[in-house]
Amino acid sequence: MIRVFCLLLLLALCPSLAPAQETTERFGQGDTPFLIRSTTDIAIIRPLIESFAARRSDLAITYEQWGSNALFEKSREDCRRDEPGADAILSSAVQQMVWLVNGGCASPYRSPETLALPSTRRWRDEIWGITTEPAVIAYNKAAFAGHTVPNSRFALLDALRNDPDRFRRKIATYDIAESGLGYLFAFSDSLEATTFGALLESFARVDAVATCCSAEIIAGVAEGRYLVAYNVLGSYVTSAARPEVGTILPEDYTLVLSRAYMIPRQARQKGAATGLLDFLLTAEARAMLDRVGLITTMEASETGLPLSARRSIALAPPLLVALDSNRRAQLLKLWKDTFAAGSVP
Amino acid sequence: MTRPRALATRVLFAVLAIMVLGGVLVAASTWWNGRQAARQSYDRILLGAAHDIAESIRIQDGVPLVMLPVSAFELLAQAPDDRVYYSVRGPGGTLITGLDPEVQITPPERGRSVFFDAALHGEPARFVSVSRRFVERDFSGTVDVIVGQTLRARKVMTRELSLDALLPMAAAGAALLVIAWAVVRQAMRPLEAITEDLARRDPYDLTAIPMARLPRELQVMLGALNRFMGRLEGQVESMRTLISDTAHQLRTPVAAIRIQAELAADEPEGAARNRALDRLLVRTRSLATLLDQLLSRALVMHRSDSAPRVAVDLRDIALEIMEREDHAVLAPGASLKLEIGDEPVMVRADAFSLGEATRNLLVNALTHGASPILIGTERRGNDAILWVRDSGPGPDDAVIARMGERHNRSARSGENSSGIGLSIVQSVAAAFGGTMEITQDGQGFRIALVLPAARDTA
Repeated sequence: MIRVFCLLLLLALCPSLAPAQETTERFGQGDTPFLIRSTTDIAIIRPLIESFAARRSDLAITYEQWGSNALFEKSREDCRRDEPGADAILSSAVQQMVWLVNGGCASPYRSPETLALPSTRRWRDEIWGITTEPAVIAYNKAAFAGHTVPNSRFALLDALRNDPDRFRRKIATYDIAESGLGYLFAFSDSLEATTFGALLESFARVDAVATCCSAEIIAGVAEGRYLVAYNVLGSYVTSAARPEVGTILPEDYTLVLSRAYMIPRQARQKGAATGLLDFLLTAEARAMLDRVGLITTMEASETGLPLSARRSIALAPPLLVALDSNRRAQLLKLWKDTFAAGSVP
Repeated sequence: MTRPRALATRVLFAVLAIMVLGGVLVAASTWWNGRQAARQSYDRILLGAAHDIAESIRIQDGVPLVMLPVSAFELLAQAPDDRVYYSVRGPGGTLITGLDPEVQITPPERGRSVFFDAALHGEPARFVSVSRRFVERDFSGTVDVIVGQTLRARKVMTRELSLDALLPMAAAGAALLVIAWAVVRQAMRPLEAITEDLARRDPYDLTAIPMARLPRELQVMLGALNRFMGRLEGQVESMRTLISDTAHQLRTPVAAIRIQAELAADEPEGAARNRALDRLLVRTRSLATLLDQLLSRALVMHRSDSAPRVAVDLRDIALEIMEREDHAVLAPGASLKLEIGDEPVMVRADAFSLGEATRNLLVNALTHGASPILIGTERRGNDAILWVRDSGPGPDDAVIARMGERHNRSARSGENSSGIGLSIVQSVAAAFGGTMEITQDGQGFRIALVLPAARDTA
């Protein structure tokens, strides 16, 4: 919150200041500028952008990496002012992307590739889910040597109840007030099952740590500071490449996030944007996404995860509820109240 | 010059026009119905979602709070590709929660459930406004929930409903058109046959066109045509007869006159020449009578075809003949009597033709019969009779047998007779549907014109 405030202050004071992107990288030597704004770490997605740049030598691609909230604000601003901003947006904060599409900020596109997407990963032909990334339970392999790994939320609840001291201050999860992704997963959990309330209470009882960043959480698990991290995006675990960390796809249900791609209404290079979209949906790009962990093939034979346990976070209007201010306030209140009650012995 | 269109084509065009007009009307009504159905269905969804949201409002610490239900949005997702809008406003229009504080949709009236149309981000959309009234210790007032969604699903549903209804109707229309075509062709076939018949017909062929098994309308038309052709043929025939008769009848007397004239010219002055001139005079007079009769018959034949039939009292005809007193010239010594009753003897005929026929009967009686001569009328059953009788024995049977024929001019009939007189009677009788009746008994010889009686004054 303070960061946003500072940023706004900075923006107000110095209008010439560059916007709030975290990193910018350029690809290609072409004449046509093509701007991608994304929440995805450039280090992860670089091979795909390079491959696309190689195909489209006419483009001078600029890849801007943004925080999801800043990207949402910027995109909404561009849409309201009807000013050209990004030519393509790829964000993991899918509720914000659905909001933008609902707000008439996207331009439609259809191709055989987009039409082949399942209905949960396509809405109005204006937003498309590119990746499949499960929300996993990450755990420290060494700490669980000789112990049963909890393979579902119920198992985790039982473990916390049976041996609370072992897990005290050793459970990590996103601080949903800080992390958009953590909030989205918590919101989806709250819709999905009655286990959510029990889980929150158990977390509070063992003084679970709510922290902000995926990298920090994964590093903590790898180093043994945390035994278990709940609702971590599987792709981050994969890309962190820490062999000490194991992942579990919860068997009761596993949330599956699909990063959303959209082409802003005011985009100047719509042709290039649709080209990138079609490229991202090709078998070749999908293989590359699989290699970098952005696509997790959850074949039942490999993971033992039944198809019915897979909960795709559908790109559809119900996600708008996640953005509702009252609803958000209530979920944050529940979260805070539970953790506050837990931390007081 | 454009060729006139065929009747079948006209009828088919009319049928096509009716079908197209009907099709347009049906399509419009189907589309309207489809639109109404889609509107009602999706309006209910909208209302359901709005009620869901309204139900989720709680008053917490004196402030209305919305526990926005996902179910409302899942309801709205029945229209999978439509944008949605929602806002919840408290008293005074303060925003409690909403999709986008910067987009404000205002219902036409507050305070009750109402549907309305408005634009959402430049796209037409349908909204519903639902109000919920709270009277709590710490909050009282009305909270308005507005839910809206764009019209894509409604349009799709309208189109599908319309097409589902219209496609079978279009198929039925096409089938009807084919059937109509077949029926029209079938109905037009007799007309085509007649047209072909007429086109192939020799212009001099005046025989009747066959009418059997034709539709009534065509029978009327063809009947008129056939009657016309019949009359034309009759007149052509009469003309032919007249010319042939005239030639036949005139050849002999004219030849005789020429011989008499040559004889007279050859004779020197004196008694012989005077005698020849006398004969020439007699011949000439006879020729004049003959010409008179020929013309009379031509007139009668012409009139019998063309003159209108009127009600005629045969007694008037008889009276008129008596009064004309031609007989006084022809046979000054003859005694003539009229024998008519009190009752009218009506027929439907042409008075002139009847007069001519009667005159010829009288002349015939005066010429060949013996005095006294009677003219009379009578009714006999359904027949009306006009007769002339003389007191003589009448001609031979052989002559009677040939009476009424056209060329019965015999040596015996003498210079004043040509047989034309009776043939006129015969023709008149035939023209008005009657006969000529000859009776011979001890008292005399009677020739009668027997016609079908007309009902009095009818």
